[in-house]
Amino acid sequence: MNSRFWRRFCRNKGAVFGLMVLMLVALAAAVGPLVAQHDAWDMAGVPFQPPLAEEGMPLGTDTMGRDILSGIIAGGRVSLLIGVVSTVVSLLIGVGVGAVSGYFGGWVDATLMRFSELFQAVPSFALAIVLVAIFQPSVQSIVAAIAVVSWPPVARLVRSEFLTLRQRDFVAAAQLAGQSTPRIILTQILPNAASPIVVMASLMVATAILLESSLSFMGLGDPNQMTWGYMVGSARTVLRQAWWMAVFPGVAILLTVLALNLVGEGLNDGLNARADGRGK
Amino acid sequence: MKMERITPLVLDIEGLDIRLPAGGDRELAVHGVSLQLLTGQTLCVVGESGSGKSMVANAIMGLLPRPHVEPVAGRILFEGLDLLQLGEQQLRSLRGCRIGMVFQEPMTALNPVMRIGDQIAEVFDAHVRLSAGEKRQRILAALADVGLPEPELLIDSYPFRLSGGQRQRVMIACALALEPALLICDEPTTALDVTTQAQILKLIRELQQRKGTAVLFITHDFGVVSEIADQVVVMQTGQVVEAGPAAAVLARPQHAYTRKLIAAIPSGQVRARAAARPVDRVLQVQDLRKTYVTGGGIFRKSRRVEAAKGLSFDLRRGETLGLVGESGSGKSTVGRCIVGLAPFDSGRVLFNGHPLQPGAQFRAQSQGRIQMVFQDPYASLNPRHRIGQAIAQGPIAQGLSRQEAMARAVELLQLVGLGPEAADRFPHEFSGGQRQRIGIARALALRPELLVADEPVSALDVSVQAQVLELLNDVRQRLRLAMVFITHDLRVAGEMCDHIAVMQRGQIVEYGETAKVLADPQHAYTRTLVEAQPRLPSLSTSTFVEALAA
Repeated sequence: MNSRFWRRFCRNKGAVFGLMVLMLVALAAAVGPLVAQHDAWDMAGVPFQPPLAEEGMPLGTDTMGRDILSGIIAGGRVSLLIGVVSTVVSLLIGVGVGAVSGYFGGWVDATLMRFSELFQAVPSFALAIVLVAIFQPSVQSIVAAIAVVSWPPVARLVRSEFLTLRQRDFVAAAQLAGQSTPRIILTQILPNAASPIVVMASLMVATAILLESSLSFMGLGDPNQMTWGYMVGSARTVLRQAWWMAVFPGVAILLTVLALNLVGEGLNDGLNARADGRGK
Repeated sequence: MKMERITPLVLDIEGLDIRLPAGGDRELAVHGVSLQLLTGQTLCVVGESGSGKSMVANAIMGLLPRPHVEPVAGRILFEGLDLLQLGEQQLRSLRGCRIGMVFQEPMTALNPVMRIGDQIAEVFDAHVRLSAGEKRQRILAALADVGLPEPELLIDSYPFRLSGGQRQRVMIACALALEPALLICDEPTTALDVTTQAQILKLIRELQQRKGTAVLFITHDFGVVSEIADQVVVMQTGQVVEAGPAAAVLARPQHAYTRKLIAAIPSGQVRARAAARPVDRVLQVQDLRKTYVTGGGIFRKSRRVEAAKGLSFDLRRGETLGLVGESGSGKSTVGRCIVGLAPFDSGRVLFNGHPLQPGAQFRAQSQGRIQMVFQDPYASLNPRHRIGQAIAQGPIAQGLSRQEAMARAVELLQLVGLGPEAADRFPHEFSGGQRQRIGIARALALRPELLVADEPVSALDVSVQAQVLELLNDVRQRLRLAMVFITHDLRVAGEMCDHIAVMQRGQIVEYGETAKVLADPQHAYTRTLVEAQPRLPSLSTSTFVEALAA
């Protein structure tokens, strides 16, 4: 089972590339701060240094003389952390709502779906901005805001999976065996709905990172954390004089999000057993 | 078929080999198959699923999923042309025009968003140039030919308005629109009710006699063979094991596999019953009613389907009641009501004398003593759970310890003829028949007193069917189970049941002892069902015994 998953996953070249990039980012986030020579906020050198102009600062310095490489490493930490945690939180909400809605159907389903549409009717970025602005920008409030705006698609996906799986005879057999409803939901149906949820989760991490970067770009990031979005945002006024300040953090966002999308597609191939016979 | 003129060879297959992709069950799906088909004759290719019979049909039509599955040797001569040598262009000009094909699943073979007339018109558009008026005339004629009522109305309606049998008639009209020399039927009646099956078989026979079409008929059911075939080819694991005229093969099967297939046909012989009926009633159903209401809203009228209209029957320990009827007769709904998967509207269900309330309490009150065996062995097992776990779940939910439950699971696996090592494997490692055995083991794990079997064998091959039926009979006797056996096949019901209730549109139209119902049906509907059964008229028991002895 596992080896077959890996064989299908590895058949997708893009996914393997994405996985390598992602591991590199994760590695940098994990050990980077230990090897980085400067604190991300330290005014370590002369402002407006282009890349490779000064010893120990290969990506140059920003308007205040802070090391850009150190900033990117620190920002990677925050981005990954916020991306993963907010995805986990929105999965918890989305899977819970979707499972209950799809399993019970009827008025429960109708109520929960109308509730989720409340969130879908408002542009998610606008809602996130409002939430962060109300609760003061901090890592916690940003995670909460991203989770709140991104659970409805998960709920809809899980609901549709549950609606079809619930009709299967093995669920009827479990009911006849006298298994409790939570048990049926968790052990009988949820494992069968896992594949699309996993694929969606990987894409959600990417969207969450983008959303966090956008918030920071707008100046709504956690003021105590160096983030990619903040770096791009603060460099935008001097974009024509000092391209490197915006380009390197921008490339970091691009690569990470691209890698996550590629991995998501690879997971889709890997978890989809029916794709086995299809030649690429 | 006796014909004055010489009957030329329409189809001649010589030494056909078809290769499977690496990692398949076997290297060659079809190995050294040769067969000949003459004008105006019907050749039946018979075998279990996996025997390669559909591969042969697909190879003729050029429908093999190349390059994964590739014919590697042999020739398929159609009117002297080797189909394997032809290009896609030439094949396309033959398909639909000279060779027609009818598929197994009529519900998916028609495009749901296209009018019936347009679908048949496509056949004409692909091959001949006709004026619009003439085309319409030909389509009307084709629809009338296959015995569809009111062709003028049907031609402009969509497939959803037609029943399965009617759709299959449309498919046949499509296939025969241009009067092809060869008609390939790939299990065209397997998905249909017995009565519809009988009508479709009759239709194919009539059309063939009228138009002199050669028919290649693929089936797994020797009952169907005896109804329709002139020649028979029996296939096992990709090879022809027996071939010859139908009458001869049916009367004197030479190969062991053919004998096994013929013996597996439910004979419809009524089982001998114990003289005294047991006294304790396990199940009493009184005036059961169930109505489905679908759709409906503020502006629309809802659709009401009465699936059960005041049904009453009872069942004693160790006895089997057969619920027989066509699809849509409400028999499955009754089964789901009895086990508590669907709430009923009114009436009473008494289990061991105690009434069970409809709704949520039903299953709590029956405490798992009423179990069900499902129709589709592929949907009834959770693909993510190991077999042992799947069987042990029920006892664990009823409060048994994990060790005891697993021990019981292993015991039950042995009872249904699977080894204890099966407990650690996943459902996808088992065949359909094995899965159905697992389904039975799971139902037995809660020590039920009443077993509801909803078409437990209709998704299985005939030979596997016989084994599963035998197993059900065996456990029923050993555990003194009461059983409700839901089926559309009267032959199976005759073998399995003490009593039969024939259902039509939510009502029991005939109810009585099996022997009486089958031998002397009172209701007109029961008589239609009895007459629709495919059977082996030429094969008396004595000649069969001789054949076995020889």
